[in-house]
Amino acid sequence: MSEYKIYLLVCGGTTCKSQAGHALAENLKTEVKNQGLSDVAQVVITGCFGFCEKGPIVKVLPDNTFYTKVKPEDAREIVEEHVVRGKKVQRLLYKDPKTDKIITDPEGMKVYKKQVRIALRNCGAINPESIDEYIARQGYEALGRVLTEMDPQQTIDIIKKSGLRGRGGGGFPTGMKWELTAASKADQKYVVCNADEGDPGAFMDRSVLEGDPHSVIEGMVVCGYCTGATQGLVYIRAEYPLAIERLKTGIKQAREYGLLGKNIFGTEFSFDIELKYGAGAFVCGEETALIHSMEGKRGEPTMKPPFPSVEGYLGKPTTVNNVETFANISSIILKGHEWFSSIGTEKSKGTKVFALAGKVNNVGLVEVPMGITLREVIFEIGGGIKGGKKFKAVQTGGPSGGCLTEQHLDIPIDYDNLIAAGSMMGSGGMVVMDEDDCMVDMAKFFLEFTVDESCGKCTPCRIGNKRLFELLEKITKGNGNREDIERLVNLGNVIKDTSLCGLGQSSPNPVLAMIRNFPQEYDAHVVDKKCPSGVCKALMVYEIVAENCVGCTACARACPVGAITGERKEIHTIDKSLCIKCGACMDRCKFNAVIVN
Amino acid sequence: MAKIKNLADLRKLKDQLKSKSNLGDKGGQHEDLVQVKISMATCSIASGSREILNYLVDELEKRNIDATVIQTGCMGYCYAEPTVEVTVPGKEPVVFGYVDNRKADEIIEKYIKNGILLEGIIPVNYQKIDE
Ligand SMILES: Cc1cc2nc3c(=O)[nH]c(=O)nc-3n(C[C@H](O)[C@H](O)[C@H](O)COP(=O)(O)O)c2cc1C
Ligand code: SF4
Repeated sequence: MSEYKIYLLVCGGTTCKSQAGHALAENLKTEVKNQGLSDVAQVVITGCFGFCEKGPIVKVLPDNTFYTKVKPEDAREIVEEHVVRGKKVQRLLYKDPKTDKIITDPEGMKVYKKQVRIALRNCGAINPESIDEYIARQGYEALGRVLTEMDPQQTIDIIKKSGLRGRGGGGFPTGMKWELTAASKADQKYVVCNADEGDPGAFMDRSVLEGDPHSVIEGMVVCGYCTGATQGLVYIRAEYPLAIERLKTGIKQAREYGLLGKNIFGTEFSFDIELKYGAGAFVCGEETALIHSMEGKRGEPTMKPPFPSVEGYLGKPTTVNNVETFANISSIILKGHEWFSSIGTEKSKGTKVFALAGKVNNVGLVEVPMGITLREVIFEIGGGIKGGKKFKAVQTGGPSGGCLTEQHLDIPIDYDNLIAAGSMMGSGGMVVMDEDDCMVDMAKFFLEFTVDESCGKCTPCRIGNKRLFELLEKITKGNGNREDIERLVNLGNVIKDTSLCGLGQSSPNPVLAMIRNFPQEYDAHVVDKKCPSGVCKALMVYEIVAENCVGCTACARACPVGAITGERKEIHTIDKSLCIKCGACMDRCKFNAVIVN
Repeated sequence: MAKIKNLADLRKLKDQLKSKSNLGDKGGQHEDLVQVKISMATCSIASGSREILNYLVDELEKRNIDATVIQTGCMGYCYAEPTVEVTVPGKEPVVFGYVDNRKADEIIEKYIKNGILLEGIIPVNYQKIDE
C-alpha cells in the first residue's frame, strides 16, 4: 500500500446522496479504474460538507479544487481533465453568487464554511485539562494585558464598543451591565457565571465548559477587574459532572500559576472563583432566583429592580453573565472591538452557538455569525431534514420562545429579528420539526415542561399554565372546540402580562406562536377532530377495509384488548369503543387491510 | 509550578510551550509526531469515545507508532460521535467520524501508516479565528 497522489472526495451527506451523489461516486470509481489510475487516484466518500445547496460536491486533494453541483455524468470529465491532464473543469467550479466570479483558490472557498468559531475556538482543539495548551494558544494574554496595561473603564469601553450582548437569552449589552456594577459602590462585589442551562435540548454551555474551561475563567477574571469584584461564583447544575470536573481542574491550575488568587500578574488585583451547585431547576437560571439559590434560599425570582448589578448576591453588587458571554471576552480584547463588531448584524454582533437538534441530519453544536439565515443553519450546516421529510418548523428560545416556519427561513438571525418574527434568540437551543410533528402536541410538550418548572410563586404562572396545558390536552383528546383556541390565546396573553419573572412571562409563547403559525392544524383538531400529522392517538381511527380483508384472523389475535371480531375467512371489524389505538393489528396485517384515519 | 508574575512571564511560557509544540506529554520533537485528538465531551463519552481512546493508546504503542493521543472537548459533530482528529506531520488535520475499534484499526493501518484516506471523513466546515 502506498499513498495516492490525488484524492477525489465526494460528499456523502444525506442531501448530496439523495441528489445522485451515490451514483456520482460510483461513476468516479469506475472511471478511475477504467483509465488505469487505481494506483494514482482514490475516490473517498466523506461526511457532509455543510454546503448542501450546491451539492453534490466533489473536492479534489491536494490542490483543494472545489466542484459544485456535480452530476454523475460529469465523472468522466473530472477524471480525464483533472486527474489525467491536471486541468480544472471550469464549468463545475464554484461561482461567487454575487460577483459571478469563479473561485478557485481554497481561501476563497471560505463561503462554504459558514461557521465561525469564537466562543468555541478551542473546543475540540485543545486538551481542556491542560492550562499549558490554553496558554500556548494565547490564553490569559488578554487578562495580562487588561491587568497591566489598561484600566477598568478602558476595558469596559472595548466591550461596549464590540457590541457584545448577553448570550443567556435576554441579549442585554454586556459592557453596559459591567458599567452598572462598576458604578455601584460597595465593599464587596461578585461576578457570577450562569451555567444553569435549563432549556431542554440545549448543551452549548456544557460543551464550552467541558471543552475550554479556561476561556470562561479568564472572562470572569476580566469582568472582576472591570467591575471591582474580587470573588467569582459559577452556578452550575449538578447534572453536569464532567463540566464540573474540568472547571475544578482549570481553577486549580490557574491558582497554581497565580492566574487566580492574590496579586494576579503582580498587580494589586486579586480574584478567586468558587463553584455553587444547582439542582437543575429551570427557574434557577433566572438571575434573581439563581442568586437566592446560591444564598441557600428557595430558588424563587424576585422583582427587578433592584437589579443584581446594584443588589445581588448577599445584597452586594453582582454581575451575572452567561457561560458563552464570558467565553467571548478574551478574543474581543486580543483582536479588538472593531474585529468583533465587523461580524454580525447592525445590532447583534459576533457569533452565536446553537445546539442543533430534532429532525435534522447533522445534529450538533454550531457557531455561526449573527445574521446567518435559518435556512443556512438547517439546510446547509444541518444537512437538511432527516429522511428527506418536509421541514415544518423550528423552535428557538426553547420553552420561552416560539416556532418559526417556512416563511421565516430567510430572515437574518439576530436578537431583534427573532423577536419581530415572534420567537427569540434564547440561549441557543434549536429544535427542528418535520411534517410528522403535531403542533398541538409540541405546544403541550413545552407547556408540560413549564408547568413542572414553574416555581409557584405567582398565580398566573402556577395556575394559568396548568389550565393552558389542560386545554391542550382536551384538544388532543378530541374534546376541544373553537372557543378553546380562543381561551388559549386570551389566557396566554394574561399569563404573559401578569407573571413576575421571565419564565411565566414567556411560557405561553410556544403555544401562541403555534396557533398563529398553524391555525389550520388547530382547526383540524377541534372542528374535524383530526390530527393531520397522525400524532394525537385519541384522534386516530383504525378501520378494516372490507375489500382487502381475507379473514385470516391475524389482526384479531394481535389485538391486546380483543376489539376485533370476525369469523375465519370472513371480513373482520374493529370495535371503536374498545380500540386503544396501539396499531398492533396494522403491523400484523399482510394485506394492507387495516388503515388509520 | 512557577507562578506567572507578569505579562513577560506568561509570554515566555507561551513561547516555550509553543516551541515544544503544543501537545501532550512527550515533550521535545512534537512536530514529527502523529497527533491524535479524541473528542471527550459528555456526548462523545456517551457514544463510547473512552473505549476508543484506550484502544488507540494501546494499539499505537503496540504497533510502535510515535504518536500523542490527547482528549479534547466537543468538536461539534455530535451526529458522528465518537470523532477522532488525526494530524500527520506536514499534513492538514483529518477528522474521522463514527469511530469504533474496527475503524480505529483502519485509521492506524491505512491513514497513519500509509497516508490513505478512508471513507467517511468529515470535512471541516468552520472558519478558525486564530492562526
Ligand atoms: C426562566 C429563565 C431561565 C433562564 N435560564 C438561563 C440559563 O439557563 N442560563 C443563562 O445564562 N441565563 C438564563 N436566563 C437569563 C438570566 O436571567 C440572565 O439574564 C443571564 O444569565 C444574564 O447573562 P447574559 O447577559 O450574559 O446573557 C434565564 C432567564 C429566565 C427568565
Ligand atoms: S412567573 Fe412562574 S416561575 Fe416566575 S416567579 Fe412567577 S410562578 Fe415563579
